[in-house]
Amino acid sequence: MSAYQARSSGVDVAISVAGLRKAYGEHQVLDGLDLHIPAGQVFSLLGQNGAGKTTTVKILSTLTTPDAGHVEVIGHDLATDPDGVRANIGVTGQFSAVDPLLNAEENLALMGRLWHLDSKVAKERCARLLEQFDLVEAGRKPVMTYSGGMKRRLDLAMTLVGAPRVIFLDEPTTGLDPRVRRAMWDLIRDLVADGVTIFLTTQYLEEADQLADQVAVLNGGKLVAQGTPEELKRQVPGGSVDLQFSSPTALDQAVAALSGTPLTRNDETLTLRVPNDGTAASVQALLGRVDVTTVHELSLKTPDLDDVFLALTGTAPAPAAGDADKKEKVLA
Amino acid sequence: MSTVTYAVADSATLLRRNIKNQMRYPTVVASIIGIPVLFLLLFVYVFGNVLGKGVAASAGGTGHYVDYVLPGLIIMTAATGSLGSAVSTSMDMTEGIIARFKTMSIFRPAILIARVISSVLQTLVSMALIFGVAWLMGFSASASVADWLGILVLLSAVNFALTWLGVGIGLAAKTLDVASNAPFPLILLPFVGSGIVPTSTMPTALRWFAEYQPFTPMIETLRGLLYGTGIGNNAWIAAAWCVGISALGFAWSMKNFKKDRTR
Repeated sequence: MSAYQARSSGVDVAISVAGLRKAYGEHQVLDGLDLHIPAGQVFSLLGQNGAGKTTTVKILSTLTTPDAGHVEVIGHDLATDPDGVRANIGVTGQFSAVDPLLNAEENLALMGRLWHLDSKVAKERCARLLEQFDLVEAGRKPVMTYSGGMKRRLDLAMTLVGAPRVIFLDEPTTGLDPRVRRAMWDLIRDLVADGVTIFLTTQYLEEADQLADQVAVLNGGKLVAQGTPEELKRQVPGGSVDLQFSSPTALDQAVAALSGTPLTRNDETLTLRVPNDGTAASVQALLGRVDVTTVHELSLKTPDLDDVFLALTGTAPAPAAGDADKKEKVLA
Repeated sequence: MSTVTYAVADSATLLRRNIKNQMRYPTVVASIIGIPVLFLLLFVYVFGNVLGKGVAASAGGTGHYVDYVLPGLIIMTAATGSLGSAVSTSMDMTEGIIARFKTMSIFRPAILIARVISSVLQTLVSMALIFGVAWLMGFSASASVADWLGILVLLSAVNFALTWLGVGIGLAAKTLDVASNAPFPLILLPFVGSGIVPTSTMPTALRWFAEYQPFTPMIETLRGLLYGTGIGNNAWIAAAWCVGISALGFAWSMKNFKKDRTR
């Protein structure tokens, strides 16, 4: 889990995928996926439910065999050396892969033995993980009694026992309340600081924005965009200020006053969309050019990954907050 | 470490995990012995007087009905144990922990090896408990130490076969409900065999089925070892059934084990 591990072997590409295809019956889930993921970064695969995110993780983590395509993880060919891949990866999925009848200590110790770690090393690592993941107190209680957030933390801790160089996080915060989600983000940031490569799938754009170095948008089994969050945001129109006027006359006057600026005019709603970066100074400058007494309403619009998602896939992304709220009660 | 060392180490690790789980979830043992104990009480105390006289007249034996009915109910325990392993297997598969094991560089068959060994042990313990209950009810056997060793071998083989079948059901079942209901006919099979009454007392068609179904030779072998009644070819037929059922359950398990079942 330390920095030297990811870099010492000279592997720059942690995961490379070419022409990955997978169909379940008639349904083509992955339709020619190509990925190049540098070591030591957070790569986020973004997509809606059913976009093929989990299928991708299952294939890359050797759980499912693809119909076609070439995959290498840390230089190990998935098809010919799955055990080589397995020895370098850890997976934490959406559904907790913990033993509910064991306690946290026993779950971690079980991982230590299955990673064939030296018992002293395993003991130290498990003790450190319990502490790092705030599970010391609950360490000896059966996992059955844990909250959703605790289970997820234990799940991630179990993934880390073997100090894998690539970690797959399949929707790691789905169903967690916002506070627990933020705590998970901090844990993920710590991992990256240690040189681990993270393959993160999420349907929450904010999560990708917060964590990812590289983002790829998956839609209909294909990548529709790839780049840094900033690059993706640049692909959609920039920010703007929407001004709604009290009368058609006022709208006409404003258009005249702002001549020379590329305006989008809507006569039905009496709205004018003016390009603007959204800073206080530029909003003030804009308002200085129009008669503010005729402005009925003003709204600021800054581009975010939601716009990217909408522009690329033609559908709105999942509402993160609402979803979490619904599940909060269950997990509390 | 070599592959063989990993195979042994991983199987042992997972066996320990399974046994720990079994100790913490005694409900499974309770459900394994529940049905046979219920039938034992029912048949001995409720129907025992009438059935005992009929059985004594047609099949000999010790004359106590508990002695006659016990071998059938012990074999029934192998079937309820098979249900237990189907449920445990299905639970493992849907819990996601097995998916985690599969993404790790371990000796994969260890997952099933550990499951089968722990289930066989669990069912043997359940059978010992049933022998204990029967003993409290007045059961007595004429078996020697060598006979008891033979009984241990027989019951291990029967449990091994039915456990593989249970694992096969557990792996094939899409939900826990299916896994816990599918083995049910097995539990009733000793009734349509020599478990409760001798097959010679049955109508022809039923008798034919009862004599050729797998549990009858197992029951008759156990009865022979316990009381010194004639075993004849039954031991060999029982052994053949055990090999056949094991092979079937094993092949079926292998087919479904490779599939990923989470979601």
